[in-house]
Amino acid sequence: MEVNSKKEKLKSFLINETLILTLLSIVMGLLVGALIITLSGYNPLEAYRLMLEGIFSQPRYIAWTVIRATPLILTGLSVAFAFRTGLFNIGAEGQFIIGALTAALLGYFLELPAILHVPIVLCGSILAAATWGGIVGFLKSKFGIHEVIASIMLNWIALYFMNYIINQPGFKRPGTEASFDIHESARISIPWMREVLGPATKVNWGIVIALVITAVIYYLLFKTTIGYELRAVGYNKDAAEYGGINVNRSIMLSMAIAGALAGAAGAMHVMGVSFRVSVLAAMEGYGFNGIAVALIGNNNPFGVILSAFLFGGLTYGGSKMQTIGVPTEVINIVIGSIIFFVATYRIFRYVLVLFNRKKLQKEVQ
Amino acid sequence: MRDLAFILATTLMYSTPLIYGALGAVFSENSGVVNIGIEGMMTIGAFAGAASTYIMAEGYGHLWWVPWVGFLIGGLAGGLFGLLHAVASVTFQADQTVSGIAINFLAPGLALFLSRRLFENATTTPPIPLDAKLPRPLNQFFDLSSIPGIIFNQYASVYIAFILVFVSWFVLYKTKLGLRIRAVGEHPKAADTLGVNVYRVRYFSVILSGILAGLGGASLSMAIVASFRPTLISGQGFIAMAAMIFGKWKPHGAMLACLLFGATTGIQIYLGSPQVGLQVSANLLSMIPYIITLIVLMGFVGKAVAPAADGIPYEKGDR
Repeated sequence: MEVNSKKEKLKSFLINETLILTLLSIVMGLLVGALIITLSGYNPLEAYRLMLEGIFSQPRYIAWTVIRATPLILTGLSVAFAFRTGLFNIGAEGQFIIGALTAALLGYFLELPAILHVPIVLCGSILAAATWGGIVGFLKSKFGIHEVIASIMLNWIALYFMNYIINQPGFKRPGTEASFDIHESARISIPWMREVLGPATKVNWGIVIALVITAVIYYLLFKTTIGYELRAVGYNKDAAEYGGINVNRSIMLSMAIAGALAGAAGAMHVMGVSFRVSVLAAMEGYGFNGIAVALIGNNNPFGVILSAFLFGGLTYGGSKMQTIGVPTEVINIVIGSIIFFVATYRIFRYVLVLFNRKKLQKEVQ
Repeated sequence: MRDLAFILATTLMYSTPLIYGALGAVFSENSGVVNIGIEGMMTIGAFAGAASTYIMAEGYGHLWWVPWVGFLIGGLAGGLFGLLHAVASVTFQADQTVSGIAINFLAPGLALFLSRRLFENATTTPPIPLDAKLPRPLNQFFDLSSIPGIIFNQYASVYIAFILVFVSWFVLYKTKLGLRIRAVGEHPKAADTLGVNVYRVRYFSVILSGILAGLGGASLSMAIVASFRPTLISGQGFIAMAAMIFGKWKPHGAMLACLLFGATTGIQIYLGSPQVGLQVSANLLSMIPYIITLIVLMGFVGKAVAPAADGIPYEKGDR
């Protein structure tokens, strides 16, 4: 009994500590950003004020932050889910592309009433991306190919495959480097909110769908047998196998779910924001940013939501700093620093220990 | 025959940046530190090399040493981020993947930030003048239109890359230092017991890894093209990492994998060139190297085994 309560105490202590350390990392990241802004001759307070105003001062700005955060919730969740099951999904980028491409194809070539069209496009895209993610799981469990290397290859294959499909006559809008727009019936915009916030603001139902999906994933991961098995494999593969869990099946399932999540992000981006897919010369970064979101969110579904909003806010609001001449890229430095401090949380402990030691010394004196 | 020479030449050219990056990954991972930050280190190296060479060429004129110093500055910039990665992953025992991801945000962010500050808000650095690019050392010995001329009309960075492959192999497998690096990567505790300073060896390897990656970036921005732009590296660091795994964590293996990637790029450029004019979609051709890699990994290579302590932070006295 005592052991149990001790364990629980330890658990709640750790969770709180994680939260505190993450917040500390965010503060430190912003400080590094401030330092760089100062060194390059600007006023950091002014810059950060502009950033905060750029997020909160108008309903339309808040809407844009939410729109920015929506795909990151899902790609972040995709990476976090895979991490929880012992896999590093660096392939969210490619899965996002496959989801977006499928959504653009189904949204343009199918003609259905909205009530059918939206779910069919969403499910089709999720299925395609789940297959794409599943390939990585298959290659790992069947051939022992490291998921990182397979994912990197599949990211590029996905990118060139999408470019190839976009270039097919009948799908490519002549005179552009993009596909035709999807039909109205496949879009998830919220027209009345667009009237309120201005026509350029692409408010859509994506955020609601993303939050529902996050809740489902939380339930799946922490409240079901399948989730337990997946996490067991992530925690200790050999022990899980010894305990009768089919490790190969778990790896494939886990990568398929991770793919589905990133694919949903891509689909909703097309259905709610871009309405088309464009030829890409380089990766757009939704998947890679998802890795950052997952790490800052401590691979926890709810942490991922918060961290996606932080990320969305920083990148959207951060672009406003340009008005006084601060290059937007300082935001990447801030985000990188936050991740760096999340990784080296021991720095804080080290400082704390030093601090305590000094305090003790003072008390002794 | 001339066509083959052309393919060979482009292959050598395009595999060069990958080889530097992959050698960097080889050193880091053999010492037991996963370095997913190669991508970022290549980016900052590409920027530092191109920017410093441009500035020096403006300031001192086109002296022979200007590109060489620029090349080294590119390497040092990468090395600086290698140091950062080492501080995180060796001293503070950070999760090495996380630290590497952090570097992939920090280094490109800093590169673009500095580019905007130095070059009037431009994310592309001004082009390096032609005679301030890295030299082509052998082209005076051959008639440039002859077959050896086509093949050996390469930038110095290409030859250095292949020399470094040999040096890396020699260092890793034939010297005391190499033995220590590998020992620290396989079984750090045993190495520690025998008096090897695990931290110092890992610091050395990770910083070296950054320097090599930085040189790889600079070999791209100072030879293949003549300026830095945001999409210049776009994923080549990850390809280099994949090549390192593909090559089973060995310098020569990694080199062969890089050559495969380079060759498919070379063939692609050849097929797309006007004298062949084959009507194949560039996008489909671009997919080939990645598909080949997957197929090769499925069939021929067998399970690749990483150094036993790869990715595990070492804590003295930890049991």
